[in-house]
Amino acid sequence: MHLHKYEKYWLVFGVGSLIVFLLITGIMAFHNGSHPPSAKNTINHEKVDEIAPFNNPGVHKVEGKDWDYEAVVVASAFYYDPPVLEVPVGAKVKFIATSKDVVHGFGVAGTNINMMLEPGYVSEYVTTVNKVGEYLIVCNEYCGAGHAQMHSMLKVVDPK
Amino acid sequence: MSQAIADKQNTDTKKQNIVSKASNKVNDFMKVDRKDANVAMAHIYVAMIALLLGGIAGLLQVLVRSGEFKLPWGIGYYQVLTVHGVLLGLILTTFFIYGFQIAAVSRTSGTLTAKQRLICWIGFWTMTAGTAMSSVMVLLNEASVLYTFYAPLQAHWIFYLGLTLVVVGSWIGALGQALRWMQWRKENKGQTSPLLSFMVVCNNLMWFVATIGVASEVLFQLLPWSLGLVDRIDILLSRTLFWSFGHALVYFWLLPAYMIWYIVIPKIIGGKIFSDALSRLSFILFVIFSIPVGLHHQLTEPGVDGSWKFLQVILTMMVVIPSLLTAFSLFATFELRGRALGAKGLFGWLRQLPWGDARFFVPFLGMLVFIPGGAGGIVNASYQMNQLIHNTIWVTGHFHLTVATTVVLTFFGAAYWLVPHLTGRTFTKELNKLGIIQSIVWVIGMTIMSSSMHVAGLLGAPRRSTFSDYGGAEIASTWASYQIAQAVGGTLLFIGILLFLYIFVQLCWFAPKGQEEFPIGEVAPNAEKTPAILENFKLWIVVLVALLLIAYSYPIFDIIQNAPLGSKGYKLW
Repeated sequence: MHLHKYEKYWLVFGVGSLIVFLLITGIMAFHNGSHPPSAKNTINHEKVDEIAPFNNPGVHKVEGKDWDYEAVVVASAFYYDPPVLEVPVGAKVKFIATSKDVVHGFGVAGTNINMMLEPGYVSEYVTTVNKVGEYLIVCNEYCGAGHAQMHSMLKVVDPK
Repeated sequence: MSQAIADKQNTDTKKQNIVSKASNKVNDFMKVDRKDANVAMAHIYVAMIALLLGGIAGLLQVLVRSGEFKLPWGIGYYQVLTVHGVLLGLILTTFFIYGFQIAAVSRTSGTLTAKQRLICWIGFWTMTAGTAMSSVMVLLNEASVLYTFYAPLQAHWIFYLGLTLVVVGSWIGALGQALRWMQWRKENKGQTSPLLSFMVVCNNLMWFVATIGVASEVLFQLLPWSLGLVDRIDILLSRTLFWSFGHALVYFWLLPAYMIWYIVIPKIIGGKIFSDALSRLSFILFVIFSIPVGLHHQLTEPGVDGSWKFLQVILTMMVVIPSLLTAFSLFATFELRGRALGAKGLFGWLRQLPWGDARFFVPFLGMLVFIPGGAGGIVNASYQMNQLIHNTIWVTGHFHLTVATTVVLTFFGAAYWLVPHLTGRTFTKELNKLGIIQSIVWVIGMTIMSSSMHVAGLLGAPRRSTFSDYGGAEIASTWASYQIAQAVGGTLLFIGILLFLYIFVQLCWFAPKGQEEFPIGEVAPNAEKTPAILENFKLWIVVLVALLLIAYSYPIFDIIQNAPLGSKGYKLW
C-alpha cells in the first residue's frame, strides 16, 4: 500500500511518541513498582467484621514491614468505618479496605489514592503521605440513594 | 501537501470527469429507496424521542447538582441519571446509527431485498420493545442502577430483559445490513466493495463481537440472579464482562462519525477521498483494537494482576495509529481541495473551505473537539495516571467531549442531509443558518460544562453523585462553584437540543419538498488500487479472536478460579 511521504513522517512521529510513552509508563510500572491498586486477596464479605484486620478498623502502627502504618477501612452503605483516619506526615501508609455490601469507591480528593472496593475483595495501596492537611475521602462509585453522603476524612498531621 | 500533487490531482480530476461524467450523474441522483427510507426513519424517530427525554434528564441533573434545585414528586437523582445514560448513551446512539447505516447500505450497495428489509424491521421492533420495557422499569424506580448496571445493585429482571432485547435486536438489524453487502460482493466478484458499506460491516462486526461479553453477563449472570433462580453473583466477572463490551461501545458510536468524515465530508466540500485503502486499513485496525482493551476501565480494581491491566493499556493505545491515519486523511482532503480552488500559502486552503455550509461546519467542529477529547482519553488510559481521575467528574467531562460533542455534532450535521433525503424535503438556507447557530451554542455550552467538569475532577469531585456538601468539607465548596458552571453549560446544551429538534421537525414535516443529496465522495483518481486482503474478513476475525483470547483468557480464568463468595442482590435506592 502506498503512503504519502508526509504521511510517513506523520506516522513515524506519532508511533515514535507512542512507543516512548509506553516505555515510560512501563518503566514506571515494572521498574519503579508504580502499579495501580491490584491486590488479589479475597474475603467473605458477609463476615468482614470477624476477620482480621477488618475486625479492628482504624490506623495502626506496624513494625518490620515495608510501610509504617496500616489504615484499615470498612465500607458499607453509606459510610466508612472509621469516619476519620489520622496519620503523621511523612509516614508510609498502606491503605487496606473492603466492602460489606455493594461496590463502593475510595477516593482521597486531591491525591492519587483511588481504589474500587468490591464485596469479596481486599483493596490495597501503599503510599507516602508527604503533605500536611485534611483530605476528604469520598465514595466515587454509585452505591445507592445515600451515595453522595458517604465520606470520611484523612488527616495528615504534624506530630510535633 | 505540495502544490505539485494538488495540481496533478486537479488535472487528473478533469480527465476523470470527462471519462466518467455519465456514472457521476447516476451517483449524484442515486436515492435511497422509499421503503428503505421508511425503516431508516423509524430508527431516527426513536433516536429523537430519546434525545428529547434524555436531554430533559440531563438538564435536571445539572440543575440538581448546582445545589439550587430539588426534584419534585419524589423523583430520585439517580433515577434521572439512569434515564440520561440509558437514553442518550445507548438508545439515541444505537438507533441513529442504525438509521444512518441502513440508509448508507441501501445508497451504496443498492436497495434492500424484501427479506433484508424485513430483517431490519424485525431488528427495529425488537430493539424498540426492549427500550420500552427497560424505560418503564426505570420510570417505576425499579432500576436506578445507571446505564452500567453494576451488580450487586439489583434491578428488576424486566430491565435486564429489555436491554437484552435491545442487543439482540441490534444483532438482527446488523445482519440485515450485512446481507445486502454480501449480496453486492456475490454480484460483483473480484471488485472492491463500496467503501461506505464496507465500513458499516466493519462497525457491525465489531459491535457483534463486543456485545457477546455483555450478553453473556446479562443472560448467564444478571437475569437468572434477578429472577431468583440463583442466589449469588460473581461481581468481578460481571464487571469484566461488562467492560469487554463497554469500551467497544464508544467505538461503535465513533465509527459512524468516521464514516461521515471519510466519505461524506469530501463530497460536501467538493474534494475527493484521500485514499480508499488507508480508510479501510484504519477501520480494520479499529475493529481489531476496540475490544481487547476493557480492563483500562478497571485499572483501580482489586482481583486483576497489574501486568494484565498493562497489556490491555498497550492494546488500548494502538488506536492511536488509526486515529493518526484518519486525522491525516481528513486534513489532506481539506488541503487538496483548498489548493485545487487556488489557495496560496501554507494555510491559505483553510479559507477555501465551505464554512457557511452546516453539513461541513457542524461535523468540523466535532473534529476539532476530538483533539482535546482524544488527549484526555490518553490520560484516562495511562495506567498510573488513571488513579488521579478514575471515577471523578473529569471522566464525565471527557466523554461529553468525545461522544456528546464529536459524535453528536457529526450526527447532527449528517441529519441535515440524511433526514431530508429520506423524507423528500430540502435543507433550506434558513435551516442551514439555524444549524450553524445550533452548533455554536452547543460548543459554547459544552466548553463551559466540560471544562468545569475536567477541573472539578482534577480536584477530586466524584462523578455520578447528587449535590452534597460532604459534611461541610472545604474542598466540596470549591467543587460546588464548578457545579454552578456545569449548570450554566448544561442549560445552553439543552437549548441546543431544542434548536436541533426544531430543525429535525422542519425537515420531517414542514420544509419544502424536493431532492436533497446523500453525498458520497469518490476516491482520488491517483489513488492506488485497494489490496484485496483488506476485505478478507475471515482473516481479520481470526486476528481479532486471537487478540481477545490473549488479552482476556487468563484474567477471566483467574477471576473465576479465585472467586470469593458471590453477592446477593441489593436495592439501595
